[in-house]
Order: sequence, then structure tokens, then C-alpha cells
Amino acid sequence: MFDQTSFLPTEELKNFRDRIQRAARTEIAPQASWVDEKEFFNQEVEALLWDLGLLTLTFPEKYGGYGKDRAVALCIAVEEIAKYCASSALLLIIQAVGSFPIIHGGSNELRQKYLPQMSEGRKLVAYLVTEPTSGSDIASIQTTAVKDGNEFILNGSKCFATSGGVAGIYSVLVKTSEGKGKGNSSFFLVERDTPGLSIGRAERKLGQRGSNTTEVFLENVRIPGENLLGHEGEGFIIAMKDFDMSRPAIAAQALGIAEGAFEAILQFIQEKHALETFVSDHPIIQSILADSAILIEASRGLIYRAAMLNDEGKNGTKFSSMAKCFAGDAAMKITTEAIDVIQALGGYGFLKDYQVERMFRDAKLTQIFEGTNQIQRLVIARQIIREAISSDKKE
Amino acid sequence: MFQLDEEQRLILQSVREIVEKEIKPRAATLDETGEFPWEAVRIFSKNDILNPLLPRKYGGVEVSIYTFCMIVEEIAKACASSALLLITQAEGTWSIVYGADESLKEKYLKRLAGDSKVLTGLGAIEPSAGSGIFSLPARAELRGNQYILQGEKCYAKNGSVADFLVLYAYTDRSKGSRGISAFVVEKGFPGLVFKRDENKMGMRGAIYSEILLENLGVPRENLIGQEGEGYLIMLKTLSASRLFTAAQAVGLAQGAMEEAISYARSRVQFGKTISHYAPIQFMIAEMATGIESARLLTYKTAFLFDRGEWKKAGTHAAMAKLIASDTAMKVTTDAVQIMGGYGYMKDYPVERMMRDAKLTQIHTGTNQIMKCIIGRDLTGIS
Repeated sequence: MFDQTSFLPTEELKNFRDRIQRAARTEIAPQASWVDEKEFFNQEVEALLWDLGLLTLTFPEKYGGYGKDRAVALCIAVEEIAKYCASSALLLIIQAVGSFPIIHGGSNELRQKYLPQMSEGRKLVAYLVTEPTSGSDIASIQTTAVKDGNEFILNGSKCFATSGGVAGIYSVLVKTSEGKGKGNSSFFLVERDTPGLSIGRAERKLGQRGSNTTEVFLENVRIPGENLLGHEGEGFIIAMKDFDMSRPAIAAQALGIAEGAFEAILQFIQEKHALETFVSDHPIIQSILADSAILIEASRGLIYRAAMLNDEGKNGTKFSSMAKCFAGDAAMKITTEAIDVIQALGGYGFLKDYQVERMFRDAKLTQIFEGTNQIQRLVIARQIIREAISSDKKE
Repeated sequence: MFQLDEEQRLILQSVREIVEKEIKPRAATLDETGEFPWEAVRIFSKNDILNPLLPRKYGGVEVSIYTFCMIVEEIAKACASSALLLITQAEGTWSIVYGADESLKEKYLKRLAGDSKVLTGLGAIEPSAGSGIFSLPARAELRGNQYILQGEKCYAKNGSVADFLVLYAYTDRSKGSRGISAFVVEKGFPGLVFKRDENKMGMRGAIYSEILLENLGVPRENLIGQEGEGYLIMLKTLSASRLFTAAQAVGLAQGAMEEAISYARSRVQFGKTISHYAPIQFMIAEMATGIESARLLTYKTAFLFDRGEWKKAGTHAAMAKLIASDTAMKVTTDAVQIMGGYGYMKDYPVERMMRDAKLTQIHTGTNQIMKCIIGRDLTGIS
């Protein structure tokens, strides 16, 4: 139905899209319902994503990365998979988010040590930033790292860590100096089996239930100094750059969910009626279809524009936030109405037998994580003001 | 306008206490297990609020529709499924109160009196009918002293637990909607077969069943009113249910807003509680404005019902249900948003409220259908 071909600059990307589309439809789609029902992290899907090279997409090319169009490639993969299973798509996103501080902050030695073992050893990465009292306000984290000779000792609690219980590697944001400012935090790489690191309970969620979300506790976790990612005090800046990459990916997930719900409506109507006459005879359905399609296409425009800016090495902050905000709100609206449409046509969208109720629950998270949509609006407004001031100065 | 009289004040105070002590603590488990709220049946019946609309003549309390709406609202603040229990009881009762002759009323309504735990319910919808309920193909044929019912019902509220149900079927298909009749069917009548209870996204503590009518024999005297009167009985029942759904949605939204406000006042980010920030305040302002508007329309509609202005009440019920359920959906979605990651987790009640709210946009007719009804009523196009 929808086609992102106009946003695929190369033949290679088109082939990439086709390959994922096939795998998603035939191998991931059949798993979506039951992993949601059982809150099950599916290792078969994980293995498939490794086989397809999707869990190293954003790595440097020699470690399995996609190459120069990697931000676009990530969005394509996420979108195609999220059409059928948002939880599986989330695994890709969090892998990219978690490995970002390692790829962009790790020393050459550290990258040479860890990236091959992550890639060949198929290790998942989790991103430990959020704490019970620190969500949107990243600078207020309480977890600390104290220097002891050539080592650091980490202490604190992290929560809502996606892949927290299944990861082999963690990128952890901690305070490295006193005070509550943006220059006081740093990222560290911590391996799963480091003494003092323990996994808390798995969270029970409204949606994206096939993803694993846990608390992670750090109690006198001793790590070598070379596991510092970036410079000391650079944590906040790395986190912000990571967002530029991850927000279009979350938006692509929202877009995929919305497209999945849209396809479900069309398929439902088609199974029962002659699509053409039916839709024109039902003005309410007609306007829901039209509004949904507008939102889907507009989301796509913002998402791929943001991703392309990132691939071109330009500042994509504003478009990344716009894409995330717009596509998340759109997905919520489309999935909410999809249930109504199916219900109004004599189906039972509210029942667990139908995919749309899951999509509705899955969509809600896209308005929340990687910065709530309220925070996105703040980021967008600040960026607009920054641009206005700098263009004033030029004149 | 909304000054409560002494009786209403006492009833609502007692409902509030029961909800706080008995209903709220059970809401999460009810949702988790998807079991029928037997405990709520016991508590409500003990406190005379399981069937508060039941006429005095048959041993009931007979509160006004307005009072009933406020009771539903209070319960829905903590647990929408438990509020749905009252609505379902009312639906079963209403069809009989407004359509049946005296002997049938005596027989069934009296069974609901006092601290009775007798359950009733309604089976109107059929697979592949949905909001177009009058395309129902279930049929009833008079054979001697019995009607024989054939067909299938889904979404029968209280279907598998009700002691008696009101079912609708065609006695004469050639007459269209004027050929529909209503029947009281008791649990245990041979041919009333329960297929399964539905696995739902929300309001999981309420039962919707698929039932089969396999040569179901119903005594002739269990026909409600005359043959062909089913359509009008159902319209009146549905109108009232829409109003009750509006009250339920208002309560649900109020409950979610209260959770969000209390969270916003305690959650500190960037050095202040998040209640200080404009985006949060705006969401709360929109929530409160939406809830108050919906509540006002709901109460106005209740007054129209109490004054017997059926036609106007019917249109208003559709409007009240539309605005109240859309408000509930928006408020609960935003309540999850304000609570962020915590709101998305099952440890907090707002994600359940969001799932529950979705059903208020659907049951008793989807909101798309509400718009059709309102538009047709106002333009005079039938």
C-alpha cells in the first residue's frame, strides 16, 4: 500500500527493504501475537535479526555496519518490522541506541576489543540511562562512578532498561563529578558478568510486551578506566547525539505500527465487502482512511528527511524530534480509530483475537520513550530559537 | 442545578466508601485475571446498589436516572468493570420494565429485589452484525406454547453468568425491524449453549459471552410485550445504556485525571515537580475541561430521561456517550503520558484505564454510529 521508494536513494537500499519485508512478513509476523500474550523475549526472532545483519546496522562497516546510508537503513528496517511486530523492531532500535556511545565514544582499542565480539559473538547491548527519579531530566542521575587508581567503581540503580535482562554489554551513564550539570556525567561500557552488576525484575507493560524491560543494579561494580566512552564529562553530549539517531528510528517504529493498523482495516473491509463501493458509501470510514493516510505519508516525509540529514552528517536534531513527535501522535490516533472502524463494521477490534488492539497498546510507548512528546516540543522550539538567533548574527 | 438532596448525598457517600474500601483494591487483580467480579456482586447487593433502578413496586430502591448515573460514575473512578456490572444489570432490567406485562414483571423483577445476587444481562449483537444490530438473523418461531429460538449471539453481557437474559430475535423477518421480539431466557433452558467468554483488551472484569441458541425453547409467556415490539424496547434500552456508558466514561476519566495530578505533584524533574511545567498543566487543563463538559451533558441527559422526554433524551444520550467516551480516551491516554514510563507499566492503574476507556468508545454503538444517530436526529433524516 504505502511505499517509501522515493526515499530510497540507492538500488541497494531498495533490495535491502525487499529482503526485510519478506522476512518480516513470513517469519516475524506469525510470532507477534503470542510473544505479546506471553510477554516473551523471542530468541528465534533475535537470531533472525542477527542473520539479516540488522543488529549491527549502525556499526562501522568492517564490523557489519550498513555503510553511509545507515540512518536511513535503520529506519527502513524498523518500519518494515514494526508493521508486524513492534517488539521485534524495538530490539533493533535499542541495539543501535546502546552501541552508539561505544561506536562514537570508545577508544580505538576499546572498539577493536568489543565491536568484533559483539558482532561475531552476537551480543545485545542495553542502554542504562533512566533511573527511578530521573526520566526526562537526564542530568539529575544519581548513579556514580568513583576513580580508584586506573579503575572506576560504579554504584546506583537503573530502570526501564530495554533488553536489560538479555544484553551482554551495557552502556551506562553515571555521574563522574559532583554537582548537577551537563558536564558531570560520563558513559561507561560494562560487561554483563562484571561482579556487582545484577538484573532486577522484568517490568510488566501495557504494550511492546515481547521486549524485555528490567531494572539493573550496580553495586561496587569495578571496571577498567579504558571502558570510559568519550571523555570524562562528555556523557550528556553523547546522549543528545544518540537521540538524533534514535528518534527517527522510534518514529519509524510508530510509522510501521500505524501502517500495520491501516493495512488491517483495509484487509478487514476487503474480506467482507467490495472495497470500492463500500468505502464511498460510508463517509465516516472514508474520512478515517483519508486522515490516516495523510498522517502516514506526512510521518514518512519527516522521518526520512531526518534520517538523511543524519547520514549527510548535518544537524538533524530538529527534524528528528519533529518526526518522533508527529509519528508517535499519528500512530496513537490511527490505532485508536482502527479499533473503532473494525468494530463499526461488525468485527471485534477490541478483542485480543485481532491485531489492532495490540497495535493500539504498542503505539502508546512511541509517544513516551526516547523523550516524551512534550520534551520533543521543547527541543524543537529551542532549536528553532537557536537557528533564528544564529541567522540574526549572520545578517 | 446540581444540589444533591439528602437521599442522594447519603447514597453517594456510602458508594464512595464502598468503592474506596472494597472495589478499588480489587481493580488490578480483576483486570489481570479477567474473572467475573463476584465479590463486587456480593458487596453491591449487600448495600442495595446492584439494581438501584428497580421500581419500588417490585421491592427496589428506584433511584432516579440521575442518581444512578452518579453511582456508576463513582464506581468507574476506581474500576470500570465493576461499574459495567451495574449497567448490565440495568440493561436486563430495563427491557422488562419498559416492555413486559405485569405478570412477567412480577416473575422476574421481584427476583432482583433486596439483597438478591441474581444476575441478568442482554444479548442483542450477533457475529458480523456489530453496530448494525438490526440485521440480526436470530429467529423465533411459535410452536404450541413455546417459542423456538435459533441463532447465535456474541458480546452477550453477563452471558455465561446471568440467571436470566433478555434476548432479541425475529418473529417475522418480512416486517424488518417491526418483526423483532424480545424474550426472557433463563439459565438452564435447554438449547441455551454457552460457547465461550471473550478475551478482551479492557474491562476485563466484565463478561461478554458468545452463546448459541440451538432449538432454544422459551415459554410463550416469556415474550416481552407483544410480537414485533422488540425493536422499540431495544431502542429505549440502548438509549439508556448510552447514557450510563457516558457516566461510566466520565468516572473513568475523573479517576485517571486524579492519578495523573497526584503523580505530577510528586514527580520531580529539572528541580521542580512536573506540575510546574506548562505542557503538563495544559494537559491537565484540557482533561478537566473535557470532563466537566462531558459530565454536564451526561447529567442533562439524565434529567431528560427522568422527565420522560424520550426522543430528546435519545439524541442527547448519543451526544453524551460520544463526548464522554472520547474525553475518557484522551484523558486516559494523556494520563499515561504524564506518568511517562511509570504510566506504561502495570504497577500503576492508568494503563488499565486507557484500555478500559477504549471500550466506552465502542459499546452501545461505536462513536461513528453515535455521529450518524445525532446527525440524522437533528436533520430529520431517518
